[in-house]
Amino acid sequence: MPVLRSVVDTASGAYLANRAGQLAAIAALNEQLELARAGGGAKYAQRHRDRGRLLARERLELLVDRDSPLLELSSLAAWGTEFAVGASIVTCVGVVSGVECVLIAHDPTVRGGSMNPYTLRKNLRALEIARRNRLPVINLVESGGADLPTQSDLFVPAGRIFHDLTELSALGIPTIALVFGNSTAGGAYVPGMCDYSVLVDGQAKVFLGGPPLVKMATGEEADDEALGGADMHSRVSGLADHFATDELDCIRIGRQIVAELHWHKLGPAPSEPADPPLYDPDELLGIVSVDFRVPFDPREVLARVVDGSRFGEYKPRYGTSLVTGWASVHGYPVGVLANARGVLFSEEAKKASEFILLANQSDTPLIFLQNTTGYMVGTQYEQGGIIKDGAKMINAVTNSAVPHITVNMAASFGAGNYGMSGRAYDPRFMFAWANAKLAVMGAAQLAGVMSIVGRQSAEATGRHFDAEANEKRRAQIEGQIERESDAFFVSARLYDDGVIDPRDTRSVLGMTLSAAHSGPVEGRRGFGVFRM
Amino acid sequence: MTISKLLIANRGEIASRIIRTARAMDITTVAVFSDPDAGLPFVLEADEAVRLPGSAPGETYLRAEALIAAAAATGADAVHPGYGFLSENAGFARAAAAAGLTFVGPSPEAIEAMGSKTAAKELMAAAGVPVLPGAVFDDGTEPDPAELRKAAEEIGFPVLVKAAYGGGGRGMRIVPGPDEIAGAVASARREAASAFGNGTVFLERFVESPRHIEVQILGDQAGTVVHLFERECSIQRRYQKIIEEAPSPAVSEDLRARLCRAAVAAGQAIGYVGAGTVEFVLDASGRFYFLEVNTRLQVEHPVTELITGLDLVRLQLEIAAGQPLPPQVTGAAFTGHAIEARLYAEDVPAGYLPVSGDLHTLEIDSSNGLRVDAGFASGTRVSTFYDSMLAKVIGYGPTRDDARRTLAAALSRARLHGVVTNRDLLVGILREPEFAAGAIDTGYLARHQPEELCPPSLDAGPVHLLAVALAGQALRRGEAPVLATLPSGWRNNPSAPQRVNYQLDGRPAEVSYRFGRDGLQAEVDGAEVGDVVLHGTRPARPAHDGPARMLVDLEIGGVRRLIWVTQAGRTFYVDSVLGHSVLAEADRFPDPAAAAQAGSLLAPMPGTVVRVEAAVGDHVEAGAVILAIEAMKMEHAIYAPAPGIVTELPISVGAQVDSGSVLAVLEEEPRD
Repeated sequence: MPVLRSVVDTASGAYLANRAGQLAAIAALNEQLELARAGGGAKYAQRHRDRGRLLARERLELLVDRDSPLLELSSLAAWGTEFAVGASIVTCVGVVSGVECVLIAHDPTVRGGSMNPYTLRKNLRALEIARRNRLPVINLVESGGADLPTQSDLFVPAGRIFHDLTELSALGIPTIALVFGNSTAGGAYVPGMCDYSVLVDGQAKVFLGGPPLVKMATGEEADDEALGGADMHSRVSGLADHFATDELDCIRIGRQIVAELHWHKLGPAPSEPADPPLYDPDELLGIVSVDFRVPFDPREVLARVVDGSRFGEYKPRYGTSLVTGWASVHGYPVGVLANARGVLFSEEAKKASEFILLANQSDTPLIFLQNTTGYMVGTQYEQGGIIKDGAKMINAVTNSAVPHITVNMAASFGAGNYGMSGRAYDPRFMFAWANAKLAVMGAAQLAGVMSIVGRQSAEATGRHFDAEANEKRRAQIEGQIERESDAFFVSARLYDDGVIDPRDTRSVLGMTLSAAHSGPVEGRRGFGVFRM
Repeated sequence: MTISKLLIANRGEIASRIIRTARAMDITTVAVFSDPDAGLPFVLEADEAVRLPGSAPGETYLRAEALIAAAAATGADAVHPGYGFLSENAGFARAAAAAGLTFVGPSPEAIEAMGSKTAAKELMAAAGVPVLPGAVFDDGTEPDPAELRKAAEEIGFPVLVKAAYGGGGRGMRIVPGPDEIAGAVASARREAASAFGNGTVFLERFVESPRHIEVQILGDQAGTVVHLFERECSIQRRYQKIIEEAPSPAVSEDLRARLCRAAVAAGQAIGYVGAGTVEFVLDASGRFYFLEVNTRLQVEHPVTELITGLDLVRLQLEIAAGQPLPPQVTGAAFTGHAIEARLYAEDVPAGYLPVSGDLHTLEIDSSNGLRVDAGFASGTRVSTFYDSMLAKVIGYGPTRDDARRTLAAALSRARLHGVVTNRDLLVGILREPEFAAGAIDTGYLARHQPEELCPPSLDAGPVHLLAVALAGQALRRGEAPVLATLPSGWRNNPSAPQRVNYQLDGRPAEVSYRFGRDGLQAEVDGAEVGDVVLHGTRPARPAHDGPARMLVDLEIGGVRRLIWVTQAGRTFYVDSVLGHSVLAEADRFPDPAAAAQAGSLLAPMPGTVVRVEAAVGDHVEAGAVILAIEAMKMEHAIYAPAPGIVTELPISVGAQVDSGSVLAVLEEEPRD
């Protein structure tokens, strides 16, 4: 396979400016990640520790295999909202006893691990990842239940957690609950719905109604242990399959359960050499434009991401605004679609459609590297059938059955987001680089469009057009869209699975590709490959 | 007469050694082996091997009739007794001859003549060999105290009381003045009678700070007796040689001539045939006295071989086959210097306690001038039944200093895993200035305590801990069933480093590390290890089905070192220029059910349970003897550390126990 040759000038002004900008975005990301790690803060962490308990991330670190990689998802959930960054829950893809699992851990230091609407979305997204990729699920339970003031946004959709858990079980995807603390009322159904449950002695409380509620309901005097302690559930109710003497014991038993699944992945194992790229991934920071309006060559990115910088380009002379071709990442063969100059024309759309069909013929997963401002507009292009060609690409993306993994490198605007397998097109995983933007269109364009529409509307109805007010409004809208296009804002709403440092892209792709191979990797068949 | 098939009535390194020469001479070899020795190299090195069912020497290597039956079964026409066991047993030599076997050794008469130290001494005195003044007291009658006192005063104090048929220091007493003589003789007689079945003792002048010098002699059937120069074996612990050399740094040309002449005279006096050794003591003024004749191949024979270029086993076999001594023997010369160190599985600080267990690794890198005669190999087991010598390591060079340095370098770098050894002591002696200057005598190890000789290990702890953690990491990554090519411990949102806990020298230690974008960050026991670069980890699984091995190429603070990490179960053995460490990895998730029971009494050393003095359910007081184990002829009682009830006693008399096995469990009694 041909090897990419980089022509990046690491001493150029543009390179240095990009690098500075990317580093600033990464610093902002790291600041938020630190907040997410801090959970409820030092005071609550200490209080939790003083009760002899491990923090959520400590439990996770002990649960996963030593030295194995761990991919945290949706770290910025609830960013910019009234709720804590991370949304009082930690979700990951990690390796337990040699098996890639989805790990879902409540963070009891954040308002007792209670669930708010962002917690719910993050939890459901993790379960969806488990279902789509056929990954066993381990819940590390310690939650005070619903954040009651937000119950109206929670109650109805929260039922989905239990639905999804038992649906996973029906699909043959194992579910495990390790209960470290409160798991009451609705929360009691987590161990209730899982295939396996382990309760920690003296800590786990699994009941529908606690002592005060029971007293109110029936007048019975009962204590926590009798209602829902580990001893009771393991001896009497049988809800607990295993009685754990302490948290470490619980984690040990959890690892043992996974080991005893004798799990095997259904997708093929890595088949290509997984040698690192020839070029330093650190240089990605200088390559990727800070300003999304300045295009960059995605081959320079691939040269720092794919195995051995090897890339077999498909149709290199046709539809050159989109780069397509074959490569491998950590040994997994992939097809890559990467925007080269933002705009998608008819040629690019047709080339993408053909390429996606080819990947489905050969059961090859697809990686979408987004840097798109959308499909081309204008008379010439409308008359040339850009809608039909864009539709072909969206059709192909939608009905493609091989795993898709999408990374927004810099920009994801308009229908380009759809064509390039955005969130609505169900990629197995989707990530954004720290400096990336996502919206229906760029903030300046959107504000400008609204300004033009406003003026036209005023002219059409004969109203006076207040240019000054319009300008104020335009600036306000531009500011709002600018904020809402930000990667953090998008990720906070679970429209992707996390914001990442571009230098981690190869590892993130390696982990998610491997996760996707837990299930079968099979393309859509039926028609032959249409030559468009 | 020719020898075509040789039975080796011995085990371990000497069996391997004899096989090597026999093979070169196109003599087929037959080994015999006890059950515990079934896995040792000599068994498969021999062309054929015959099992001697049982373990203890009395059931196996000391059973003359079984050995002769093995020779008959395999059609062997000769038997080599090696050293120890039946090598100086005239009865065995006779039985072999009666069975038509050529006995590779002197005549039964010569063995008998030298078997009694008193008789030998008289014989030697008559032949003009200098002997120490002394007196003999026969087994039969209790000596009169006045007579004893008179004899001792004639000899001159201090007087040495010695068992005539003894060895290894047993039945030996040093008596400083006339008042203690009667008591010392009486106790020496008792000990000799019980140990050797003969209570004959003799008094002899005690030479203070003597050097132990011995001369190798060879006699052929034509009556020629020659010497192959001297060896010095002054470095002894508990009367057992641990470092031997040839030539002796204390022997001048003139002294050598006199010593060797005396040794040849001694050999001629008994018509010696075969390889033998005449032992002398050399006092500080250069006078020497006859000690005894060993009518066998000595453990330390390789030093003579290295300086003379001769093969003593080959010569033994040729002599036994009736051939005359060849000219290179009758005109032998020596060149250079050789030093041998005996590497034992033993716990030196605990008083040279023999140690048994799995020998995971025995690797001594070969180098110019180095010879290793090993009885064990990596992956074998050291049993409690026999001498625990693992190998003889011999350095040879143009000068004594060259030999000494070659040997010290090889020993200090050797990888010895699974059982503790006396390696540090040997290296300590070889590097000690007095030894280096040749200023040695048999009191050397009394003057230099092991603690002084074993250098305090450099602060290898943090480096070795980190190396083990990184090796463990590499092993785990290498075995990862998924995501094996991802960076080790990769995190997109790192919250904690990897943590591994160990026991190092009985203390807990924690290592944490993380491979980040800025390189490797590491801490040992909470202290940051600065400027760490892991240049690589290379798996180097030893050739056999042995433990996993990693070579860790680790730079710390600008110093790069290659560190060997060998893993056997949860135990890691670390070897580097900084020294040798043994680390036990703590269980990440200790199984609560498997936690060691409080009140367990553990075996302090391997051995055999000889007495059990308590039963399950017994109430015992603090200090009560629960049971006793015997190891290498020493009995060790196991006491109750506190009053309590015996709740478990998972052993019985005759049980073999390893160091650390649970012998009994005591439950503390509830206080009222």
